[in-house]
Amino acid sequence: MKESRELVIIGGGPAGMSAAISASNCGVDVLLLDQREAPGGQIYRRVESPAVADPTLLGNDYLQGLNLVTLFRESTVDYRPDTVVWEVSPGREVYVYGGPGPGVIEARRVILATGAVERSIPVPGWTLPGVMTAGGAQSLIKNDGLLPEVPLVLAGTGPLLLLLACQYLDMGVEIAAVLETTPRSNLKRAMAHLPGAIMSGGYLTKGAGMLSRLRRARVRHVRGVEALRAVGSDHLQQIEFHAGGREHRLGASLLLLHQGVVPDVNLASAVGCALEWDSGSLCFKPSVDQWGNSSVEGVAVVGDGAGIVGADSAKWFGEMAGLDAACQLGYIGANARDTLAQKSRNLYRRSLGIRPFLEALYRPPDAYRIPVDPDVVICRCEEVTAETVRAQIGRGARDPNAIKSRTRCGMGPCQGRYCGLTLSEIIATETGQKISEVGYFRLRPPVKPVPISAILELATGEMPVETALPDPTVKPLS
Amino acid sequence: MNPDVVIIGGGIQGCSTALHLALQGVETMVIEKNYCGRHASGVNAGGILRPGRYPVELPLSTAALKIWADAESLVDDNCGFRPIGRLKIAENDDEMQKLATRHALVHNLGYSHERLIDRAELRDLEPHIATHAVGGIHATGCGHADPFRTVSAFKHKALTLGVKFREGIRAEKISRNGSVWQVVTEDCVVEAPVVVNCAGAWGDRIARDMGETIPLSTIAPMLMITNRMPPIMRQRIGAVDRVLSIVQQPNGTVIIGGGYLGTADRDAETTSLDYSKLAFNARIACDMFPTLSDARIVRCWAGIEGAITDGLPVIGPSATEANAYHAFGFSAHGFHLGPVVGKILAQLITSGHCDIPIDAFRIDRFSADQG
Amino acid sequence: MFACRGRSSDNCVTIYIDDSAVIVPAAISVAGALLASGHNVFRRTPVTGSGRGAWCLMGSCFDCLVDIDGVKGCQACATTVREGMRISRPGPERCRTENVDPWGAGP
Repeated sequence: MKESRELVIIGGGPAGMSAAISASNCGVDVLLLDQREAPGGQIYRRVESPAVADPTLLGNDYLQGLNLVTLFRESTVDYRPDTVVWEVSPGREVYVYGGPGPGVIEARRVILATGAVERSIPVPGWTLPGVMTAGGAQSLIKNDGLLPEVPLVLAGTGPLLLLLACQYLDMGVEIAAVLETTPRSNLKRAMAHLPGAIMSGGYLTKGAGMLSRLRRARVRHVRGVEALRAVGSDHLQQIEFHAGGREHRLGASLLLLHQGVVPDVNLASAVGCALEWDSGSLCFKPSVDQWGNSSVEGVAVVGDGAGIVGADSAKWFGEMAGLDAACQLGYIGANARDTLAQKSRNLYRRSLGIRPFLEALYRPPDAYRIPVDPDVVICRCEEVTAETVRAQIGRGARDPNAIKSRTRCGMGPCQGRYCGLTLSEIIATETGQKISEVGYFRLRPPVKPVPISAILELATGEMPVETALPDPTVKPLS
Repeated sequence: MNPDVVIIGGGIQGCSTALHLALQGVETMVIEKNYCGRHASGVNAGGILRPGRYPVELPLSTAALKIWADAESLVDDNCGFRPIGRLKIAENDDEMQKLATRHALVHNLGYSHERLIDRAELRDLEPHIATHAVGGIHATGCGHADPFRTVSAFKHKALTLGVKFREGIRAEKISRNGSVWQVVTEDCVVEAPVVVNCAGAWGDRIARDMGETIPLSTIAPMLMITNRMPPIMRQRIGAVDRVLSIVQQPNGTVIIGGGYLGTADRDAETTSLDYSKLAFNARIACDMFPTLSDARIVRCWAGIEGAITDGLPVIGPSATEANAYHAFGFSAHGFHLGPVVGKILAQLITSGHCDIPIDAFRIDRFSADQG
Repeated sequence: MFACRGRSSDNCVTIYIDDSAVIVPAAISVAGALLASGHNVFRRTPVTGSGRGAWCLMGSCFDCLVDIDGVKGCQACATTVREGMRISRPGPERCRTENVDPWGAGP
């Protein structure tokens, strides 16, 4: 049972919604597949029906997402929630499970807008219950209206750390400490990009405001944190770190880690999109042109999934990609597309001005990306340690896929999302290869584990009788 | 420094040949265009089967099994070998009859490693088998090993014995230069008196450089693997008239295969899956073991394999050139033969003869049929 | 460790966590329900039997796997609670194998 659509967009965040709106406004038949139950993606999660009584506490950046969601709902886009995409073939057949529609959708064009995941923070003890991502904790607020009722510690680097700390303060949550791993040297390097940051408007003031909010609330704010460790026998009990020339120990049962987000490249990679290493943001991302078109015919990648740009930039880039899709499908000409896209392109270009500054300021330190401690878990799913990985590199493995086969690193259900970058960086460091030469996992479908029942539904026609070679049981032995 | 023997291809055949040559003190180099075990040798379903698909292979398989059972002595690693049995399961009386007929044939030929078993014994062997299964053939003297681990073990042992491996280097052309072979790669030219073609799905191209043709096609057998499941299966399980070969690994994951083919582009080194076929494959697996319905598929893939029209590999000397040898085209059953193929090739190269008859695998066996 | 304070709605549902009835806010995720009920260990890993709970809470890490209404291995963060839902946290005996095999199958 197949369905044929003109444009299938995967992901209901700002980039996906925006692409859907602009394409459908040109008359394109658009189907948007979303694994969530309502549009908004991660950043505007449940913005239509906030779980907290006072959503203003989540800030205006979150609330104004409702504008885009409303436009999306009012558009002619066919929105299909609760639908997980597990494969997109190079011929643009989209395989799904969970949702109300059929298991396969044929698309003339596909736009991937699957967003980002948190960068891993492979410190000792990062897999202990009680340690979670800052983004995850923020999801608990947005999705569930849940707030910590134990003193919590936030650690790492990046704007989300401060933002979340301030949100928690506004909601009356006790913060035991904010431990920043941002090295002081980052600030010096970031200064070179200050003009660009100032041109982007507003961002620096916001940041300064958050810092002063923390100061006024007398939140313990430690900088230059090194050798962070989460300690506990079965769950988090203590946090240890090095700062200001001495060792620190802090009893804690909740630790939120964050060091930025990175593109979720799994679907793009499984489709066959070429990836490239972005040395500014220290991640792999799909190679795309100015309209988001990837190296695979008919497949575009937009939003944070094509490179971390933030929600507003994602929205504008999504709009351009939607217009280009409309053009490629014959609904508008190239000139009309260029004209309609001009405003978004200008806004998009201007918004990128802040990126070099942010990337430099919040560049995660090497020690937090490339763990040295042999016992640190690299692959959470399969519990593969740094020692195991380095041992195989020592035996001559120089390719992430060879290490995957030797150690199971990357073979678990997360499909390498939380170990792939760490592994590639370890290999590059140990072998002296450039990380662009090392590359990333060869990702196989399904991009998320799929219940076998979903695969069973794909059987069409007569059962083929086939073997790789002639079957001797059906001919007499001679 | 040029070796005595240069081997093209670092899969199981190439690594095994290299190891066995090195054991005899021969200076050997392996040229591999990706990394050892990248293709069919490293990604197959790990089946070690007896008697092999064809009686002509029986001496080879029997010898191979002896090596597998003691892989530790040869390569300092047991390669994950488990001597698990193989069960071909009849799902109805017609199929049971077919199995009985086949069993009689095999028995009359003198083989006693297979037993016909009834419903009760089937349940003893496999408590989780579906209730409709009526019986089967149980074969012993076979097993399962880990493909990538095996190739890596052979490679590492060969390395310790002095074999040189040049990975990430493609052999572009082979030609004679007087008394030596010249292998031109993107990086350099390697010269050696003896060349061995273990180039798998690309073996016909190397053979062509030696002036030999062989009807090899590229096939892409597909596999799926589940998440870790509680122990539900002890043997490797097959069906009678339906495509199935499933095995559960010690870590709980179940490999589902049996021979459904996807498509491969051997130049781009990519494969493409046929999900409808995978769905049928999954259905047959779930029919046999209903508990598999709880499984999640974590990974699907297809290997790039070379298949010869008669299903038999090419093993032996070149028919046109001296000091050139072949071991390729194993048609989806080369993994379990690899350990012994390397041994006999090494014997052939160093002494001119080998203990096991390989005439059936001559590269020029099709020439008589050609016009 | 987590609690609902200042939620937009007071509606609640009764769910069962390891056969014990618990009242939790309606329309929250199963992960949230577990955390709000004081459970931060959701499952044990197959290799070392270590406790795991919530990490990414966005459906990407597959750490938060629990059994929901008889279906094994569901992502707690991606499932919304319903009245009468039965959640069980698999113990270490499930999927632990004696011979832990570090090598993987497939590419």
